[in-house]
Amino acid sequence: MTVSAQSQPSELHQTRRRQPGVLRRLLKNLSGTAGLLLVIFYVGVGVMGVMGATPFPPNEQHARDRLQPPSAVYIMGTDLFGRDLASRVIAGAAHSLRVAVTSVTLAGLAGTLLGVTAGFAGGWVDSLLMRLMDVFFAFPALLLALVIVTILGPGTENAIIAIAIVYTPIFARVARAPVLAVKQMEFVMAARCIGGSSIRVLFRHVMPNTLAPLIVQISLALSWSLLTEAGLSFLGLGAIPPMSSWGVMLNEHRALAENAPWLILYPGAAIALAVLGFNLLGDGLRDVLDPRLRGRK
Amino acid sequence: MRRYLLQRLFAFLPILIGVSLLVFTAIRLIPGDVITATLGTEAGMLTDAQRESLRSYYGLDRPVVEQYARWAAGAVTGDLGVSTRHGKPVTDLIGDRFPVTLQLALMAVTLALLVGIPLGILAAVRHNTVFDLFVRMLALAGLVMPGFLVGTLIIYLLSTVFGVLPNAGNFVRFNEDPGLNLRQMIFPAITLGFAFSASVMRMTRSSMLEVLGDDYVRTARGKGLRERRVITQHALRNALIPVVTLVGVEMGYLLGGTFIIETLFSLPGLGRLLVNAISQRDYALVQGATLFIASVFVLINLLVDLVYAAVDPRISYDR
Repeated sequence: MTVSAQSQPSELHQTRRRQPGVLRRLLKNLSGTAGLLLVIFYVGVGVMGVMGATPFPPNEQHARDRLQPPSAVYIMGTDLFGRDLASRVIAGAAHSLRVAVTSVTLAGLAGTLLGVTAGFAGGWVDSLLMRLMDVFFAFPALLLALVIVTILGPGTENAIIAIAIVYTPIFARVARAPVLAVKQMEFVMAARCIGGSSIRVLFRHVMPNTLAPLIVQISLALSWSLLTEAGLSFLGLGAIPPMSSWGVMLNEHRALAENAPWLILYPGAAIALAVLGFNLLGDGLRDVLDPRLRGRK
Repeated sequence: MRRYLLQRLFAFLPILIGVSLLVFTAIRLIPGDVITATLGTEAGMLTDAQRESLRSYYGLDRPVVEQYARWAAGAVTGDLGVSTRHGKPVTDLIGDRFPVTLQLALMAVTLALLVGIPLGILAAVRHNTVFDLFVRMLALAGLVMPGFLVGTLIIYLLSTVFGVLPNAGNFVRFNEDPGLNLRQMIFPAITLGFAFSASVMRMTRSSMLEVLGDDYVRTARGKGLRERRVITQHALRNALIPVVTLVGVEMGYLLGGTFIIETLFSLPGLGRLLVNAISQRDYALVQGATLFIASVFVLINLLVDLVYAAVDPRISYDR
């Protein structure tokens, strides 16, 4: 996003048409490729779970096969109730995917809208909105999620809302910065001068410049959202058993780990791989889309 | 410097007020009123007169603005109300539990810095070697493994390989038996510090790499200083500035992490107190503990800003 070098509108608009190029450049980036593969794998498994394509129904109890180690029938073993762990891990992927995608979509839309509005409007609107965001930033993420879950009660939908609210201010900040940067530039002035309405200038000329940092942010936010969901579920404040959530599984099984280590190893590996995928993809996207940010956190 | 201090302090107050408003409003947003929510199904057995007297006991019959003013005034003087489940003042409960959380956080930060900074420096100095790769892998593991996973794995390893249970027996405070206390706290601290040390490693390594390419480092080498001196005296000072910021930024995650680690290792800290209060619907406690933790977090951020300004002379005090 080298905005400063591009003052002609036609060049700026090409950011949006350059999508295939982004993918090609991403595939040349090692961490980007690895991340993309992991994310595709995770999404694939998640879709399997959504469609119910699991070896066994995830909540089916096989009373005679409790706490079985991994075998040809139960590839990841079974839990205390004789449920097939592989099926539950797949269902857990579906669950976490649903939560992560929904909450990040909500946070991304709300945050971008707030951030762009604040940056574009400036003045008291900007001050008010950003001070409000500061208050949300004053809470550690998990604490804020806990407060929201206190109000709404535990459950998957409520966890989604909580996570969405927690990450909205981050998107607001990320979206606001590029708006402030381009607002005063000549091409925006020009668009105004030829009679473009505020809305048109905002959507056609200003918003495309927020795209690169937002895409990077989405990838990272998906990994945080996964972690927050698992954390809430682990504390018993997210998904409610017998729902297959990786956090719930780890919490339920940790007392059994000594005798049945597969019960924590597989869900644990699932979380770590999914988070790893989004992180690597985010890093790769940042390198490709926004070289100036390289190396920063 | 003084002007900068005052400015930061003035920015700090509105945030604290905002935080208290948010916490206060959040509790008022709970569907139904606090009494119904606290008592659950038993609320149905209250007569109207009993309900009214409870409402007036908790001050719920007053206008909202007055309720907030009373609560905020109480908070300033150290009165956060009484916990319905514990039957004790919220302030006492916080005072009782906070030292455990503070000790856990301080031990975690210390461990993370002791491990993260040297490893980060070595990885930068031995850039692109096997050691560098190892450190980067370790940092990546810390980044992608949530605390509850690390903790569960540590407990698993301890119990199978060493036959010890870190959270067996009653918790002993530091002033009662320092040795036993440290033995009880060390694994939770390692768990909590693991992710943190990963960020410290990454940050130290990348900022060290950046600094090592600078002209002044070449000058230091050129005038014949030993490599060790170049790194410890010249490069390190500047390389550590981003690490200081990182410590501040990550303190929040650390505080958030204590909720999970304390629950996992059964430590009687503030985080577990809050998590239990949420599931037990002890709203006075939720409100007080949340306000306290958020205030501590805001305070840490303020301190980090000041430390940052002190270590980095490039930051202007007269902005």
